[in-house]
Amino acid sequence: MKTMLAIISNALCRITGRTVLLIDLSEYVNVTSPAAPALAATPRQPPKPPPVSARASAAELVSAQSDQLDRPGARVVVSRSFADFTPQASFDIKKCDVHRLEEGPPLKAELTREQGLQYYRIMQTVRRMELKADQLYKQKIIRGFCHLYDGQEACAAGIEAAINPSDHLITAYRAHGYTYTRGVSVKEILAELTGRKGGVAKGKGGSMHMYAPRFYGGNGIVGAQVPLGAGIALACQYQGNDQVCVTLYGDGAANQGQLFESFNMAALWKLPCIFICENNQYGMGTSMERASASTDYYKRGDFVPGIRVDGMDVLCVREATKFAADHCRSGKGPIIMELQTYRYHGHSMSDPGVSYRTREEIQEVRSKSDPISMLKERMLSNNMASIEEFKEIDVAIRKEVEDAAQFATSDPEPPLEELCNHIFHNNPPLEVRGTNPWVTLKSVS
Amino acid sequence: TFRVTVRDALNQAMDEELERDERVFLLGEEVAQYDGAYKVSRGLWKKYGDKRIIDTPITEMGFAGIAVGAAMAGLRPICEFMTFNFSMQAIDQVINSAAKTYYMSAGQQSVPIVFRGPNGASAGVAAQHSQCFAAWYGHCPGLKVVSPWSAEDAKGLLKSAIRDDNPVVFLENELMYGVPFEMSEESQSKDFTIPIGKAKVERQGNHITLVTHSRYVSHCLDAAAVLAKEGIECEVINLRTIRPLDVESIETSVMKTNHLVTVEGGWPQYGVGAEICARIMEGPAFNYLDAPVTRVTGVDIPMPYAKILEDNSVPQIKDVIFSVKKTLNV
Repeated sequence: MKTMLAIISNALCRITGRTVLLIDLSEYVNVTSPAAPALAATPRQPPKPPPVSARASAAELVSAQSDQLDRPGARVVVSRSFADFTPQASFDIKKCDVHRLEEGPPLKAELTREQGLQYYRIMQTVRRMELKADQLYKQKIIRGFCHLYDGQEACAAGIEAAINPSDHLITAYRAHGYTYTRGVSVKEILAELTGRKGGVAKGKGGSMHMYAPRFYGGNGIVGAQVPLGAGIALACQYQGNDQVCVTLYGDGAANQGQLFESFNMAALWKLPCIFICENNQYGMGTSMERASASTDYYKRGDFVPGIRVDGMDVLCVREATKFAADHCRSGKGPIIMELQTYRYHGHSMSDPGVSYRTREEIQEVRSKSDPISMLKERMLSNNMASIEEFKEIDVAIRKEVEDAAQFATSDPEPPLEELCNHIFHNNPPLEVRGTNPWVTLKSVS
Repeated sequence: TFRVTVRDALNQAMDEELERDERVFLLGEEVAQYDGAYKVSRGLWKKYGDKRIIDTPITEMGFAGIAVGAAMAGLRPICEFMTFNFSMQAIDQVINSAAKTYYMSAGQQSVPIVFRGPNGASAGVAAQHSQCFAAWYGHCPGLKVVSPWSAEDAKGLLKSAIRDDNPVVFLENELMYGVPFEMSEESQSKDFTIPIGKAKVERQGNHITLVTHSRYVSHCLDAAAVLAKEGIECEVINLRTIRPLDVESIETSVMKTNHLVTVEGGWPQYGVGAEICARIMEGPAFNYLDAPVTRVTGVDIPMPYAKILEDNSVPQIKDVIFSVKKTLNV
């Protein structure tokens, strides 16, 4: 409550030019909201503000930074409390095509105000982080491979919303979004991209090799992460911990033989593995029709059940992932999800992305199906949040990303003493041959 | 002492480690109900069941990847390749997913896995089933590569490999499985291990150093016995580990004998012997050499089938004897 009032009061300060003191009136107002409507209907009118309270002394000061109460012009203004916003609403989501399943995920998704703002925050952070990476790459501060995720944010955000932090996730090289949703800060991600010691892998991994607890990268070899994911699921089953492994791959990797080997063993042994094909329609520069004899990626598991999901709708992704996780946790074995999504950037930073698709196509997806816009419009039209709130979140994210970029460009590169470390785990120090026989370097675990 | 075949020693090692740590499990083709293609895992499935001893379909890339993933998530798999020839189908998982990950993650993600199976020439199995992979795997940082010879080597090194928190490639030899060896008292202890990365001097000698690994240790010892009758005393070093290479042991020996012959089953070009030559030249032992190092290797051809051809494709005892005499110029 305090943070929200601080945000609003700062906004009001900027708008009115006056110092503003906001009182948390929740103790004076009944904040139990009425039951959520079955379908969010017309927006409700805000109530008339009550008269200026004489209880300023009892107020909790919430906007403390530059406010000076002894200055003339201090006003007491009452904020809109949470009771003004719809706390929860139900949304229709696209029906999923199913393969070898009696029924699919539900056709409606519940969304609370808090969840909506959280998903928005996550997707917007990933979006801005990726755009910042684009900028840094063009400035040649990031080098090598850089595969950007903008356009696909609903996938990472929706999946994380549906699984537990104790579940596991592994993906391919378009991994920055998942690195964030699995708990690594923007700062550590950007610093890894710029190859600094403050990066999540101390600058030794780069774009495609970022790791976190329960997040196994970031994998550079197309398709290799799929058997790894099945193996992580095997470990979950072996240890009997009721956890699942989400194993992601793209439409390009969907034709790899090792995927089918993984599907076979996962089905045979009923491994709790959710195989997810992020179908962004292009494997590098090759459209799915030119690469795959069958583009029904959710059916490619044959004996493994599958669902095809609207990957641009965070709620659809969330509901489908919940459905898939329940399937796995109940011991039914693996399941495949195909998320239909889109990437705005080319395959990587060296690909302008317009030689094999049209600018019109990209623009159409941006204007009609952008995941962040879709969520925002849903929340606004159901009075679940205000435009100012979204703007505040955007401003805060911009600052976070800017600060992270600042760190990523100023943090020093890893020291040369680090060069040979981390070859072996729990090993006594060893010597490593340098570039010539007179250079012997030291390696510690 | 105990007379134990290499096969049984390997079996003992796995049995003891499976019992000691419930995170250890074995997967591979025919390891369970068939008792192992070469019977190395005989009896283990009966004792430990389906959860710990897993038969896989014939999908090396898939099951090697699954093994690596399981290792990343907290288990300690032993991944058997029926022969290392088939590991080529899975080599990306061994190198890119297993060996490099600890480094790429700057120490966050370790991969405690053992890849084991028979390596190198067998008998009459022809070109696609006879390749030696010591040089290929020995090339890669992030891997440990072990090549036991005796039963004691096999047991102690396999236990060390399983207990090691890093990816270990364990190169066995099919022709050695049935060979019995005397095993020491201490090797019967459940905590008996042999350190990875230390060579062993199997026979002391003053005139020339023979460095070798796996099956060719036997050849070198037999050659040394014959040469001893002519007054030539060979020092035979059993490498035991290909990577990291115990160069110090070789250097110490060469500084005593002044002559070096390497013996291996693999091809010469870019092989284990080639690496030893280069290392000796770069170190203190070079100045002690009275002659260039000689490499005895497999013939640089795909392995033929006919017995007479196959026999002449790999080093024989007479090749070792001949090379020793040439090196000593006698």
